[in-house]
Amino acid sequence: MYSRAYKSLASIPPLLWVGIFLLLPYALMFAHSFWQVRDGFIVHDWTLGNYQALFRNPIYLQVLFRTMRIAGAVTLCSLLLGYPLAYYLSFRSGARKEFLYQLVIVPLWVSYLVRGYAWKTILGSEGVLNGALQYLHITHAPLAFLLYSPFAVVLMLTHIYTPFVFLPIYAALENIPRPLIEASQDLGASPRKTFLKVILPLSLPGLVAGATFAFVLSLGDFLAPLLVGGPSGTMISNVVQSLFGAAYDWPLGAAISVSILAITIALLVFTERLERRWSFK
Amino acid sequence: MTQSARNSPHVATPSGVPLVEVRAVTKNFGSREVLKSLSLPITSGEFLTLLGESGSGKTTLLRLIAGFEQPTSGEIWMAQIRLDPLPAHQRPVNTVFQHYALFPHLSVRENVAYGLRVKNTPTSEIPARVDEALGMVKMSEYAGTRPSKLSGGQQQRIALARALVNRPQLLLLDEPLSALDANLRKQMQSELKVLQREVGITFLFVTHDQEEAMALSDRVALLRNGTLEQIGSPREIYLHPATAYTAQFIGQTNLLRAKVANGVATCGALRWPTRSANPATTFSLRPEAIELSTNNSGNSDSHDAVSFTATIHQQIYGGSSELLEVDCGANQLLRIRVPACGPLTGQQNFSFNPADAIPVREDPS
Amino acid sequence: MSATRATRRAPFLTLYALAVFAFIYLPIVVLILYSFNRDGVGGFPPRHLTFAWYRQLFADSAIWTAVLNSLIVAVGSVVLSLTLGLLAALALDRAEFPGKTLFRRLVLLPLILPGIITGLSLLMFAVFAGAQLSLLTVFLGHGTALISVATTELFAGLQKLDRAQEEASLDLGATPLQTFWHITLPNLKLSLVAAGLLIFTLSMDEIAVTFFLIGRDNTLPLEIWGRLRRGITPEINAISTLIFLGSIALITIWYRLRTHAQRGRFS
Repeated sequence: MYSRAYKSLASIPPLLWVGIFLLLPYALMFAHSFWQVRDGFIVHDWTLGNYQALFRNPIYLQVLFRTMRIAGAVTLCSLLLGYPLAYYLSFRSGARKEFLYQLVIVPLWVSYLVRGYAWKTILGSEGVLNGALQYLHITHAPLAFLLYSPFAVVLMLTHIYTPFVFLPIYAALENIPRPLIEASQDLGASPRKTFLKVILPLSLPGLVAGATFAFVLSLGDFLAPLLVGGPSGTMISNVVQSLFGAAYDWPLGAAISVSILAITIALLVFTERLERRWSFK
Repeated sequence: MTQSARNSPHVATPSGVPLVEVRAVTKNFGSREVLKSLSLPITSGEFLTLLGESGSGKTTLLRLIAGFEQPTSGEIWMAQIRLDPLPAHQRPVNTVFQHYALFPHLSVRENVAYGLRVKNTPTSEIPARVDEALGMVKMSEYAGTRPSKLSGGQQQRIALARALVNRPQLLLLDEPLSALDANLRKQMQSELKVLQREVGITFLFVTHDQEEAMALSDRVALLRNGTLEQIGSPREIYLHPATAYTAQFIGQTNLLRAKVANGVATCGALRWPTRSANPATTFSLRPEAIELSTNNSGNSDSHDAVSFTATIHQQIYGGSSELLEVDCGANQLLRIRVPACGPLTGQQNFSFNPADAIPVREDPS
Repeated sequence: MSATRATRRAPFLTLYALAVFAFIYLPIVVLILYSFNRDGVGGFPPRHLTFAWYRQLFADSAIWTAVLNSLIVAVGSVVLSLTLGLLAALALDRAEFPGKTLFRRLVLLPLILPGIITGLSLLMFAVFAGAQLSLLTVFLGHGTALISVATTELFAGLQKLDRAQEEASLDLGATPLQTFWHITLPNLKLSLVAAGLLIFTLSMDEIAVTFFLIGRDNTLPLEIWGRLRRGITPEINAISTLIFLGSIALITIWYRLRTHAQRGRFS
């Protein structure tokens, strides 16, 4: 009846906005990836040249693979830190659970820049960590690899994304009906077996969700390398950034962006399938 | 006799005039036929219960009358107005929801006043009517409370008040007592009955609990798989079930599938005279219609009574009565209800009046 | 919850969890500590604690202009994102229309995509539309990117809504519009405020999208970013500490609202 008219009316503004400010821009980026730069101007000649340049250029490929390695390392470390934390909170923290949960999510929303900056000041050769190590006579000279290296990028991004990874895993663990665990124990399974056979499988969707999030966002991150990465820690988004800046080649930059986008979407589709398969509903 | 129950608050019995007519209403959800060309008249001032199992369509019918669903075909009329094209908020019908649906962000008073406010009732009138409604359900002292602070039974009364304050022509109640525990339920049942008599509004009540239906209603409409199985007063339905389903759903019964020849019905070890002409007739015989014969056969109609012998299989003590499960031979089991008599064993004599064996239709489900 | 008494204490797990907490918090603690350090952001241990950097911070007008800019953009983003997000959430929850799945994916895309992609796309769009980069473009960028946050929160809120209440309102004679205003919206109040706080915080901290849409007026994160190029001083620690404290306050409020919404309604 006429509530249906209201519903349709209400859908129009967001549809319009999303169409203009999301669909159109993404489409523009897509279009740009097929155009070219000549004499400092963007020309609307359609070509696959940018993609060819990307996949034939060893430097770009090297950076791309380094980026994927970094993203992989960040994901792995975040999982290694985040999963046990989530497990501890969900099963072992007792009365302090609420408080500890708040403790975990607070840093999540504290400025990315603030946290990145903190690492910058800690890891430098004059930084806090080196200072402390020398003060305690553990080392006698500053460790150079701490800052301006892929190591620093991985460290910083792990720091950023561990709470991100924690959240869906915690949610999944909390959703496991406790009677299932009691049933497992009742049937004679040790805590370790119960974990491997009941808890872990049921938490997989959350794990996949968190891991995907961490990987995809690390893949496209350009701020961490600028803060703590140095030349050896450059990631693919920095290449894009410079192509939109000093190196003025928007079409090529767009092509690389679209490639990142493609990888991201492929990953999302893949993990969505995984999550569905593992969600045992 | 005025037609509108609203103007005759002391009408104690249904006026006999139909208020609502459901005409050949069919409702499909996708490929599922939930209501099959169902027709039902609702008399003004009556307490009518829609009774049935889950899936019988009773709640769907209620929602069709309330306006939350549209019939796939058929019409719903209320006093010369065709209801089904009207959206819910324009129908002179109010609903008491199964889980009360009280507005948590409004106080009790504001909840009850809601219907009056949104229809722009003059502000001067509202407080008096709200107080009247709260008084009817005995919740006047809770006017300023939030619903979340009330117990289930109290919330239910507020839901009732919120609906009644609008003086609807028809009140729909969707299993309102099902969330209450047994004692509270019984108490609310009698309060509801009294309230309906006082207020005189037509009540359409949905439940799956047949005892509740029997206790509350002027008429019971038994629904089965989207069709009307039988409609009548509780006594009519109980004493004269038209079908085997009705006989079994309402109360308990023994279904005797008998062969009839020459005015005599035979079922297993039992034989009794009958007027039924159908050579294969199913009979419903209520457990309480069968008596335990003492040696003095205290039954005054003893020469009409049919006697038989059976072995006691099981005896379930029920306080004032016993439920016996007996074997008449060849595994023909009967259920018999007798007044409390102490433990029985072995073979006993029983008798029943053949008039109590009611022929019923047996439709395949 | 009887499972807590389940097994013997797990000391190793507890230590590990503690270590993870330390990892998460130590850098911030160090940061705060060194905002009071007279001798700069490095070295160990911090000596000569002072408020000097905070005094310098409060006199730094460029920073406070940037804070003001950020606030303007953030408040604007909250209004824009909540309005569009509410409509989008309603559409997703209740309406059927062609392309609904595409719409849902599109709305949620900025959440999962790296900010640089959304930022660059919007930059291209701005150039295409001939717009000058300014706080306005930043505002439009934030508002667009954060619609996803609003939609997600409000959709969850709508799902928790008791549909029977809206039916009750209609049953009592309220029109669909009245029902929306009197019943639906109040029940969404907590979701709206929670989403608003979240959007505010995210907008204040936003860098990736802002990076490409900024004109001459800086937002706070970009102002800090610019300073990092020039050399780091504990003044940056000081502003970072203040940001940290502000975030804690906001997120605590957000969290309280959220749990209140999940718990409080049914007795």
